[in-house]
Amino acid sequence: MSIEVRGLSKYFNGFKAVHEVSVKLETGSLTALLGPSGSGKSTLLRMIAGLEVPDAGEIHLTGREATYVTAKERNVGFVFQHYALFKHMTVYENIAFGLRVRKQTEKEIKDRVYELLNLIQLTGYEKRYPSQLSGGQRQRVAVARALAPRPEVLLLDEPFGALDAKVREELRDWILKLHEETSVTTLFVTHDQQEAMEVASRILIMNKGQIEQDGTPIEIFDKPATHFIAQFVGETNFIDTEVAEKGLAVWGPFRFSINPTLAVKRKIRIYFRPNDVYMTEQFETLQVQAKIAKTRFKGTVIEYQLDIGGDKNISAQIPKGVALASGFKEGQFVYAAITAFHVFPL
Amino acid sequence: MKETLIVSFRGTRNNDPARALTEPLWVRWVLIAIALSFMGLFLVVPLVEVFASALDKGFQYYFNAIREPAALSAIKLTLIAAGVSVLLNTLFGLSAAWAITKFQFPGKNLLITLIDLPFTVSPVVSGLIYVLLFGLQGLMGHWLKDHDIQIIFALPGIVLATVFVTFPFVARELIPLMQEQGSEEEEAAKVLGANGWQTFWKVTLPNIQWGLLYGIILCNARAMGEFGAVSVVSGHIRGLTNTLPLHVEILYNEYNFTAAFAVASLLTFLALLTLVAKTLVGAKYSRERGVLTTSLENEVTP
Repeated sequence: MSIEVRGLSKYFNGFKAVHEVSVKLETGSLTALLGPSGSGKSTLLRMIAGLEVPDAGEIHLTGREATYVTAKERNVGFVFQHYALFKHMTVYENIAFGLRVRKQTEKEIKDRVYELLNLIQLTGYEKRYPSQLSGGQRQRVAVARALAPRPEVLLLDEPFGALDAKVREELRDWILKLHEETSVTTLFVTHDQQEAMEVASRILIMNKGQIEQDGTPIEIFDKPATHFIAQFVGETNFIDTEVAEKGLAVWGPFRFSINPTLAVKRKIRIYFRPNDVYMTEQFETLQVQAKIAKTRFKGTVIEYQLDIGGDKNISAQIPKGVALASGFKEGQFVYAAITAFHVFPL
Repeated sequence: MKETLIVSFRGTRNNDPARALTEPLWVRWVLIAIALSFMGLFLVVPLVEVFASALDKGFQYYFNAIREPAALSAIKLTLIAAGVSVLLNTLFGLSAAWAITKFQFPGKNLLITLIDLPFTVSPVVSGLIYVLLFGLQGLMGHWLKDHDIQIIFALPGIVLATVFVTFPFVARELIPLMQEQGSEEEEAAKVLGANGWQTFWKVTLPNIQWGLLYGIILCNARAMGEFGAVSVVSGHIRGLTNTLPLHVEILYNEYNFTAAFAVASLLTFLALLTLVAKTLVGAKYSRERGVLTTSLENEVTP
């Protein structure tokens, strides 16, 4: 089933938690709602679930107006960051809860619970209590509990936020697989861009209560729509300068060809990613000379602080293998070019 | 004693952090002696004295003192007053705690403050409030008299005074507990399709059951032992408006010491019973709270 919100707003004491958000999610899609904390993403999710009443706007579930329908009647599954499992109930009873309140027969309940235990790979754990499970297991139980009444929409609020890195990664893969198997319309909230890009086919980026960009992971990464997204998604350098002449900006020794419609002297900010800095030992073409001020090992890449003179610094990243083969060292002079960048007027 | 020996053994080691805090042996013994003699003087001796005096004239006399109609009526009245108070205050405590922890509303802080009022007001004043309200000279006295309703110097007055004095217990116990638990589980139940009633019985109540029971035990103990407020509104009509503590006082004032202590021993029994129940429930309760707080941070790996 599809989710559609139109002009949805929620204010807390005058603070715009969510401000006139409109978006449509197609049946069977897997979408991430990405944003920093306080951007309103959880509030938006909770309004869709019926846990929060919007101050303005509409929510439509499968084309039906559901803005003021109670959570109970929306038939959505919700997964909380801290699991919110019923502490005093076993795994079995936790998963069965949504079926019991719908007055299903014991037989139906049992079949469904075991089907889900199998799906979350926790068969044999049905008699355990939540306190006897690891964090990852608890979250899987929470997902099973949410799926038990066969919801048409699955909403996850920072589902992996409380878990450590290794378990997060496993659960990401697992959620992807689960989505392929159940194909229930899924919307999950996260502040982790890596997670959003890996799991979702579509990302909504929220900032200050509004959706600033709606696109595929590649679009989000390569074509940031706003200042905020340019610096929020991925690592980035930014430099402030002004339009030198029609279609040209200059910053130190670097020259950027920019949109010719920008007026001369207009203040602009240019963003470029460290891995879009092309760095060589020998001068090739259109490069500027720079001195390696600092190197930093970051696992798969090595980051270099490049001093380009005049108190100006940029950071460049090179895959570890390439960097080691080139033998770049601190204090060495190299040649650098910026191969991709985005310009936003200030 | 075992404890102190272990501590002193540890104290001999270097780089033991406990060492800095360990006093010389004689200081420890003096402190323990002071604590124990205080306990003995103010708790154990009176306790023994109650039972010794109660049985002063033998078991036969003891049982007769308890079985006498005035005593039985006092027991009955105490049980009614305590029963009603526990029932009403459980309902009040649950709804107050629910309202305070799950909703935002104007006057919330005022409500939290007012819940403590009976703790800060002298019980005599609590009793007087009802006399001033419902007594003949009181605000509603004439109206009540015209309608032939007796509140002061009768059962309703005693119940009202007891309810007033004991109403913070359940609420005070539940508010911090429910605040700590938050409302995520209730939200989960709601999204899963449970109605308010189902959510309360299946999710909220099991989570607070031990705290609730703890509050009820404390409330009950206070209700049964309340003297001051009840004394003001009771009128001391023997066999009619005397609760157990008031009955003890009357017997004592009549120099019937043995009977007074016999009835007092009932209250003492009750106190000991409460203590045991409180300890058992308290242990269970703190374990649950322990699980609650650790389950968020500690990931138990299988």
